Order: sequence, then structure tokens, then C-alpha cells
Amino acid sequence: MGSDGAPEGDRIDARLKELKDRLEAERRRDAERRGSGRSDNSGMGQALKLGSEFVAGVLVGAGLGYAIDYYVGTSPWGLIVFLLLGFAAGLLNVLRAAGMVAEPDPHRFKRPPEPPRDDKDT
Amino acid sequence: MANDPIHQFQISKILDISIGGLDFSFTNSSLFMVATVAAASGFLAWATSTRSMVPGRAQTVAELSYEFVANTLRSSAGTEGMRFFPLVFSLFMFVLVANLFGMIPFFFTVTSHIIVTFALAMLVIGTVTVYGFMRHGWHFLGLFVPHGVPAAVVPLVSAIEVISFLSRPISLSVRLFANMLAGHITLKVFSGFVATLTGLGALGIFGAILPLAMTVALTALEFLVAFLQAYVFTILTCMYLNDALHPGH
Repeated sequence: MGSDGAPEGDRIDARLKELKDRLEAERRRDAERRGSGRSDNSGMGQALKLGSEFVAGVLVGAGLGYAIDYYVGTSPWGLIVFLLLGFAAGLLNVLRAAGMVAEPDPHRFKRPPEPPRDDKDT
Repeated sequence: MANDPIHQFQISKILDISIGGLDFSFTNSSLFMVATVAAASGFLAWATSTRSMVPGRAQTVAELSYEFVANTLRSSAGTEGMRFFPLVFSLFMFVLVANLFGMIPFFFTVTSHIIVTFALAMLVIGTVTVYGFMRHGWHFLGLFVPHGVPAAVVPLVSAIEVISFLSRPISLSVRLFANMLAGHITLKVFSGFVATLTGLGALGIFGAILPLAMTVALTALEFLVAFLQAYVFTILTCMYLNDALHPGH
């Protein structure tokens, strides 16, 4: 060891580079595996999250319906229809937040199937 | 009243400013927002000023926060999402420092007012919408039409998706605001019990031990919530930005 300086340095450089590549690949794989890593695993946080998702959907639906009634004068039909739609949107929000429904963007379907998740977000 | 749990959220004017009949007064809320920004940027500038190879304590904290936000953003919005890093990092630091400032006695909690959190959420959703349309044009609306849905129910599903999209800023802001508000009220109520009970004599002082223990436990919980909510706000921002980057092609 150390008898020929330059090749030794080269070899170390090569090994460093290889290690760097491997680390990079590992990091990328890790990032992919985690996907959209949602993992706030406090029960209270989860409850508030789901609650606010649902309430927000209903509120926005009711607000939209009320606004439509106000400006178009279709009272009470706008409120009725949009309140129901808001209810559905709220449920969709909750299911999506709980990870039980696929996200709306189709590019996720093109990905290779995810490996079984080793459950972080319970 | 000394232990009115709502009193801490009152806005008071410090400097009365009125431009064109509109109220632009500098309030205690504004003061603490300025303090939050000053503290966050001051700390980061000071911590990274040495730029040593082997980081000191302050630099480690600064680097950890950078790494943390960068990893969150990269894992949910991809490497492309890193162009939004300045926005996401600023939001994270603002919310975190504002939450932690709220934990200091007699300080005002900026994030316990829904208008503040709603403004932050609208900033995020505004960015998502504007950037989505700038980059994808009308294809951005593909976000509202899920794949593999029969044509007959597309209008219904799209209406639901649109409402779901519009509800995002509300759920984002309500979550942060409700957590901070509820936490601070609970803390105040329990510490109010301690004050009231100790005024009742020897038995009262003995009885005050329970709410006192509760207050201590709640304080710890509130610190956790302060961090957690800043994190939740950040990760949801990242997920929404992901929609702007990849709304489906």
C-alpha cells in the first residue's frame, strides 16, 4: 500500500465515485418507496385532519350553492344540490386523506405497482 | 377578568394607520408577524454566517431544517418540485416560528387567527392554480376529470372534484388555526383552575395539584402540536404543488 501514489489516489477516487452513485441510487429508491409520504401518526392530529377535510367540503358546497342562489335566483335549489355535492366532496376528501381512494391525477396509475406498504400511516 | 381564556386572542392597535378610509393599523398581530419573520431570517442568517465544514450547533439546526423541508418536498413533488423550495421553506419557518412564539407566555399567537392561516393557504392554492395553468394550460383542468370514469357520470364527478379542490384552502387553514386556538384555550382554562383553586385556602391548594400537572402535560403537548402543525402544513403544500406539476396528461 502506498508504494505507487498516483494509482492509489485514482483507485480511491473511483471507489468514492462508486460509493456516491450507490448512495444516490439508494436515496432515490428510498424516496420512491416512500411515495407521497404522509405520516403524521398522532391520533389527535389525524382526527382533526379528517374532521377539517369533511367540514371544509360541506362548507364550500353550501357556500357555492348559496352564492349561486343569490346571484341566479334559483333559491333553494342551488343550496340543496350543492350542499349534497359538498357532502360528497367532503367524504371524498376524508377517504382521500385516509388513503383509501386513489389521488385524482392519473400519472400515478402509470407508475409500477407500489410494493406492499409497511404501514407507516396507521 | 384575569383568566378569561379568549382574552389572549384580542387584537389591539399599536399604531393607528388609515389609508383612504381603510384600516391599515399596525396591531399586536402585525408586530408578532414582523417579529416572527425577523426571528426566523435572523436566526438562519446568523446560524449560516460561519459556513464551517463541520457545523456548529446553530448551523446544524439550520441545516437540519433545510434538509427536512427539502426531503419532504422532494419525496412528494419530485425533484422538479424543488423550484418551489423557497416558498415552501419560508412557509414552514413562518408557521413553525409563529407557533413557537405563541408558546412564550404573554406572546400573541399569530397562527390562532383564521384570517392569517387562510391567507397562507390562499397563497399556496393561488400558486398551485396560477402555476398549473401557466405550465399546462387547459390540461390543468384534467385534474378534475379522473381517468376510467364512464362519460355519463363525468359531470357529477367533476363537480365533486371541483368542490373538493376548492375546499383545500379551507381545510388547510382551519386545521392550523383550530389546533392553535383549541390548544391555547385549553392551556388557559387549566391554568385558570390553578389560580382559582389556590384562592380557596388549604384544601384548594391541595386540589390545585391536579390541574397544575395537567397544565405541565398540556404545555409539552402544545410544543409537539406546534411542530406537527408546521409539518402538516408543509407536507400538504407539497402535495398540492405536486398537483400543479403533474395534473395528469
